[in-house]
Amino acid sequence: MADHALTHDEVVAPHGVHEHPFYQKHHFETTEQQREAAGFGMWLFLLTEIMFFGGLFMAYLLYRNWYYDAFVSGSNTLSLSLGLINTIVLIGSSLTMAMAVWAAEVRKQGALVMYLVATIVLGCVFLGIKTVEYKEKFELHHVPGASFDISEFVHPTDKAEKPLPVDMANKTQIYFSLYFAMTGVHAFHMIIGLGMLIYFVVKARQGLYTTGYVQPIENFGLYWHFVDIVWIFLFPLLYLINRH
Amino acid sequence: MSDYKVSTKNDPHTLDKHDPANVTNPEHAEHHIVGPATYLGIFAILMLGTILTVVASRLPLGIFTAPVALAIAVTKAVFVVLFFMHVKYSTRLVKLTVAAGFFTFSILVIMSMSDYISRAWGQW
Repeated sequence: MADHALTHDEVVAPHGVHEHPFYQKHHFETTEQQREAAGFGMWLFLLTEIMFFGGLFMAYLLYRNWYYDAFVSGSNTLSLSLGLINTIVLIGSSLTMAMAVWAAEVRKQGALVMYLVATIVLGCVFLGIKTVEYKEKFELHHVPGASFDISEFVHPTDKAEKPLPVDMANKTQIYFSLYFAMTGVHAFHMIIGLGMLIYFVVKARQGLYTTGYVQPIENFGLYWHFVDIVWIFLFPLLYLINRH
Repeated sequence: MSDYKVSTKNDPHTLDKHDPANVTNPEHAEHHIVGPATYLGIFAILMLGTILTVVASRLPLGIFTAPVALAIAVTKAVFVVLFFMHVKYSTRLVKLTVAAGFFTFSILVIMSMSDYISRAWGQW
C-alpha cells in the first residue's frame, strides 16, 4: 500500500506496456478471441442467408414436383455451356479468394492484392456471362409476364423436345420466375461482393491486411464461398434438370 | 509497493513476445494456415464434381436424376465448407453453428413439404 499520493508515473503505465495490436478492440482479451468472435458473427449472418436462399429453394422444390414437364422444357432453353463456364469461373474465384486469405495470413502483400484482383476479374466474367444469358431470355420472350411467349413450348422447333399442352406450357413461367429470382438475387449478392472487394484491394494496397489483421479478408472469404455454394446448387437445379 | 502477488502469465511487463504460449502475440493466434497445395487439390475435386454432374444429367437415371444431382452438389458444398471456409480447422463452436444452419434449413423444407403433401389439393 502506498504511503504517499501516487505519482503520475506510478499510475500511468509506461508507453509501450499493455500494448495490443492496433486492430484489437479494448473489450477483447486477445486478438484470437476477437477473431473468433468476428468469425462467429459472420457465420450467424451466413445462417440468415441460408434461410433466405432456402425459401427460394423450397419454392423450386415444390413447383418442380408439381410441374416437372414445364421445368424440363424451361431448363432446356438455358445454355448448358454458358452455365458450365460460369460454374468453373465462380469456383475458380473461390480458389483465388481462398488464396487471398492465405496471402494475408503469410503477410505477402503483393500476392494478396493480386488474388483479390483475380477474384474481382472472375466475378465480373461471371456477371458478364449472366448478362448475355439474360439478354437472350428477353429476346426469346421467356421473361414471365405479359410478353411471355409459350409457342416454343407448345410447338418446339427442336424435335427432341417434348411438346407441352397449353396449361403446362404456361407453367414454364413459374420456372422462369424462379430462374430470374434465384440467379438475380445471387447476382445481386455478387455485385455487393465485388464492391467490397474493390474496397479491400484499396486497403490491401495500403498494407492493412498484412499486419496480422486477417479477419476482414477471412470473413469476406466466408461470404464469397457461400455465394459460390449457392451457385453450386443453382447450376444443376436450373440447367441440368433433364438433359438427355 | 503491492503486497499481493499477481500472476505474471500474461503480464505485459514480463511477456516474451516470441514465447509460443504468449497468446497476445497475434502471430501465434492462427493455429493452422491452409496452404496453396490443399486449395489446389480441393479445386481439382470441385472441377471433377462439376464435370460429373454434367455427365450424370445426360444419363437415363429415371427417378434418381434429382437425388444424384443433389448428392454431387452437397458433396461439392461440403468440400467448400470444410476447406475453403476452414471449418475443418475451426473450433467446435463454429462447427456447431454451421450444423445449426443446415438443421434449420432442413426444418424449413421438411415442415413446408409436410404441409403441402398432407393437404393434397389434387396436386399430389
